[in-house]
Amino acid sequence: MYAQMVKAEGAKSREEMSEQERVFQDRIDRGEKIEPKEWMPEGYRKTLIRQIGQHAHSEIVGQLPEGNWITRAPTLERKAILLAKVQDEAGHGLYLYSAAETLGVSRDELLALLHNGKMKYSSIFNYPTLNWADIGTVGWLVDGAAIMNQVQLQKTSYGPYSRAMIRICKEESFHQRQGYDILLKMCLQGTHEQKEMAQDALNRFWYPSLMMFGPSDKDSVHSAQSMQWKIKINTNDELRQKFVDQTVPQAEYLGLTIPDPNLKWNEAKGGYDFSEPDWNEFFDVINGNGPCNVERMEARVTAWEDGAWFREGLMAHAKKQDARRAAARVAAE
Amino acid sequence: MSSEWPLWEVFIRGQHGLNHRHVGSLHAPDAEMAICNARDVYTRRNEGVSIWVVKSNEITASAPSEKGPLFEPSNSKIYRHPTFFDIPAEVGHM
Ligand SMILES: [Fe+2]
Ligand SMILES: [Fe+2]
Ligand SMILES: [Fe+2]
Repeated sequence: MYAQMVKAEGAKSREEMSEQERVFQDRIDRGEKIEPKEWMPEGYRKTLIRQIGQHAHSEIVGQLPEGNWITRAPTLERKAILLAKVQDEAGHGLYLYSAAETLGVSRDELLALLHNGKMKYSSIFNYPTLNWADIGTVGWLVDGAAIMNQVQLQKTSYGPYSRAMIRICKEESFHQRQGYDILLKMCLQGTHEQKEMAQDALNRFWYPSLMMFGPSDKDSVHSAQSMQWKIKINTNDELRQKFVDQTVPQAEYLGLTIPDPNLKWNEAKGGYDFSEPDWNEFFDVINGNGPCNVERMEARVTAWEDGAWFREGLMAHAKKQDARRAAARVAAE
Repeated sequence: MSSEWPLWEVFIRGQHGLNHRHVGSLHAPDAEMAICNARDVYTRRNEGVSIWVVKSNEITASAPSEKGPLFEPSNSKIYRHPTFFDIPAEVGHM
């Protein structure tokens, strides 16, 4: 979901595997974690770099729609809370970049791939946050969907990725709660207009949130290998179903209506039936044509380029200090 | 430009008199900045009372392929564990 479109190969049968690959698969089947310097199939390494990289980019780009409201939060307390939330997302990005780097790709390479459009980030962050109700809705739905995905990934087979997920999950529930809390205030204690704003935000964010889990399983050809490697634990549709089942009662409590006429409890499956999002819109947004794609990339590239003198300056200073210390050591000897 | 900041490994001592524990890594131009960044990245919720940072490329690690020779010898030395010895109940706690 934060990594919605990770290309991977089809799964191999045991007969097709080399001896080394079989030993590797056995370790994964036993629930062992794979650590950075250990042998791994090239496909495992590459798929992980793409998946963790996309996930990291999503955390970083995801700061933009919310950062948009830090200076306009309605109270000082809300502002401090939102600031802390957005700072957490920066941290999440950093944990994940570090995990990806253990696979032999550098931070600068990953950022270059984001900036030149070769690597993606979650489609959800290409939608605008128009008002304060959107900030509540993003915390509630977007972080809610993120949690759904990240909880299962704590069990992923790659050690550094799994540890990053455990850390992130500890911090995530604050994000969802602060969002829901904003909506509680607006819907249960707010004016009629404020409740309308909340309903409008839900109308706009519902389907994009469902898209966060990626295409339907029947169109997601890459899942099999990833699941065999335990890079992915649940399928896109399983997670989407869980998300809907969890969210419907939360919407009801707020007195909001999910914008889906087909939403209906299905006793037989013990979950809700619901409409699929418009997958054409999803692919369109992924391919760069969402409402904010251009703006988001511009913000990222500008931040990177404007910060270059600073990064280089600090590095030059550090090198000078090193040289001075080395010279002092020689003089003392 | 190739001025990528070097990678540092971060170790944090939690509140309760524990050892410093590896928590992750980060980029920083020098040790001082690495400590500052580690404060922001790894201790936003009071996770620590002390931070160590060390340049990643200065850590020497055992190779995964040495796992057998390094660690298997201790498997057979079960007498190193107190439960190896049966002490009569009459003797009391030992
Ligand atoms: Fe997130
Ligand atoms: Fe996050
Ligand atoms: Fe979050």
